[in-house]
Amino acid sequence: MSHHIVEVKKLRHVYPDGTEALREVSFRITHGESVALIGANGAGKSTLIQHLNGYLAPTAGEIRIGDFPLSKGTLPEIRRTVGMVFQDPDDQLFMPTVYEDVAFGPLNLGLAGAELEACVKGALDRVGGAHLARKAPYHLSGGEKKRVAIAAVLSMSPDILVMDEPTSGLDPYARRQLISLLREFRHTKIFTSHDLDMVLELCERVIVLKDGEVRADGPALEIFRDEQLLAECRLEPPFSMQGCPVCGSVGRDKG
Amino acid sequence: MASLDGALLDLKRLDRLATGSTFLHRLDPRVKLVTTLVFLVCVVSFGRYELSALVPFFVYPILLAALGDLPLGYLAHKILLMCPLALFIGIANPFLDHQVVLELGGIGITGGVLSWLSIVLRAVLTVSAALVLVGLTGFPDLCRALERLGAPKAFAVQLLFLYRYLFVLVEEGGKASRSRELRCVGNRGRGISSYASLVGHLLMRTWQKAERIHMAMLARGFTGSFPRPEESSLKAADLLFLAGCTFAFITFRTTNVTRAIGSLVTGILP
Repeated sequence: MSHHIVEVKKLRHVYPDGTEALREVSFRITHGESVALIGANGAGKSTLIQHLNGYLAPTAGEIRIGDFPLSKGTLPEIRRTVGMVFQDPDDQLFMPTVYEDVAFGPLNLGLAGAELEACVKGALDRVGGAHLARKAPYHLSGGEKKRVAIAAVLSMSPDILVMDEPTSGLDPYARRQLISLLREFRHTKIFTSHDLDMVLELCERVIVLKDGEVRADGPALEIFRDEQLLAECRLEPPFSMQGCPVCGSVGRDKG
Repeated sequence: MASLDGALLDLKRLDRLATGSTFLHRLDPRVKLVTTLVFLVCVVSFGRYELSALVPFFVYPILLAALGDLPLGYLAHKILLMCPLALFIGIANPFLDHQVVLELGGIGITGGVLSWLSIVLRAVLTVSAALVLVGLTGFPDLCRALERLGAPKAFAVQLLFLYRYLFVLVEEGGKASRSRELRCVGNRGRGISSYASLVGHLLMRTWQKAERIHMAMLARGFTGSFPRPEESSLKAADLLFLAGCTFAFITFRTTNVTRAIGSLVTGILP
């Protein structure tokens, strides 16, 4: 199943205004891995994930998704393989109703009739959003929007899920629901997030970006225990690993 | 900005009405669109002094609103909002046209007053028909109906996106304006320069959002044209509705039903 592999080699990206957002980023994510890209604001996370489905073109370096190098010719196939969930669902849900929005991708892939119906229904069912099908996206709550945005991507049956800040703006319950939902997915998953507790729950591996470079890449627990590294990258350990502010007891996995 | 937010809520309400499930909601959007167009053409094509012949046309929006479960009070409120405009358009008529054309209980009514009233009546009719159309169909379906009736695809898609992102734009604009309001002291900072900058920012944000939306579309395989799910075909009920309404409108247009009923009643009375 080599098509679930994401390989980034010496990626460099300079924006038209001269800002060098990525210097030399390299990593390889294999099938079924769940990886978090973390880093301070402006570390290059968003720029990096916009490369993963070819929205931004590298200034230098190479990206391979599965067996294909990312190029103009392979773009349609890669965009189906890599499902991208945006941070702001309002950017992503552009069709008049939820049903049509979830159907947008499959229709572009050429699905029709009962097959389309089943695909849309299946995707909505997986995120627990079947009852939202006829609603307009702007009538939904934040948590509902997020789930529908995920359904809209799932309906294209991607092999790799890329999510930008999946838990941002959600209430604790909706966040919890989303985390359990994501845990069920067997895809290769790549997140960017500042919600390090979520990262700790979902990802076994963490890549830390700093000033457009990979500063660290390793098992989540190992990285979160390295306080010096975290401080240097303007990060902190997840709350669940910090001591209790009331009783002073030591957080989990700390010792 | 409160009024803008309020207007948005109102728009959302109209949008929600369209999710009803009466047989009128289920009619093909194209049929409802064409019926409304026939209605509009019939109403606006009357002579400028016509009043009585317009009255029967009220049957259409009232009947549709009643059968389609649309709240009459809400619609009446929307129509009232538009009334000042209609009143204003014809306001000069009574002063320009002094010829008495009608005697009503000894009071002479001039052509100017008559044409003024006619304008108001027509405005109420056309606006209520349009509101009923949107309330029974929903804006997105209307856009699609337009496209299927031969309107340029780009036009229909633009309209659809306009409607979808109107909500986002108004919300963003509202937030920006509120934040300006909160940091204004008295009249300080309220001037055109901060307003220009606010609008400029809104434009830039719109631009960035448009780019992200485009990215989202590309990410889901968009290739330049909108795929369409299966299209419904016209059913017997659709054609029946269209034929029935068209027949009624043309009858109302060609014969003055009000007068006919009037003479019928006065004919029976001794």
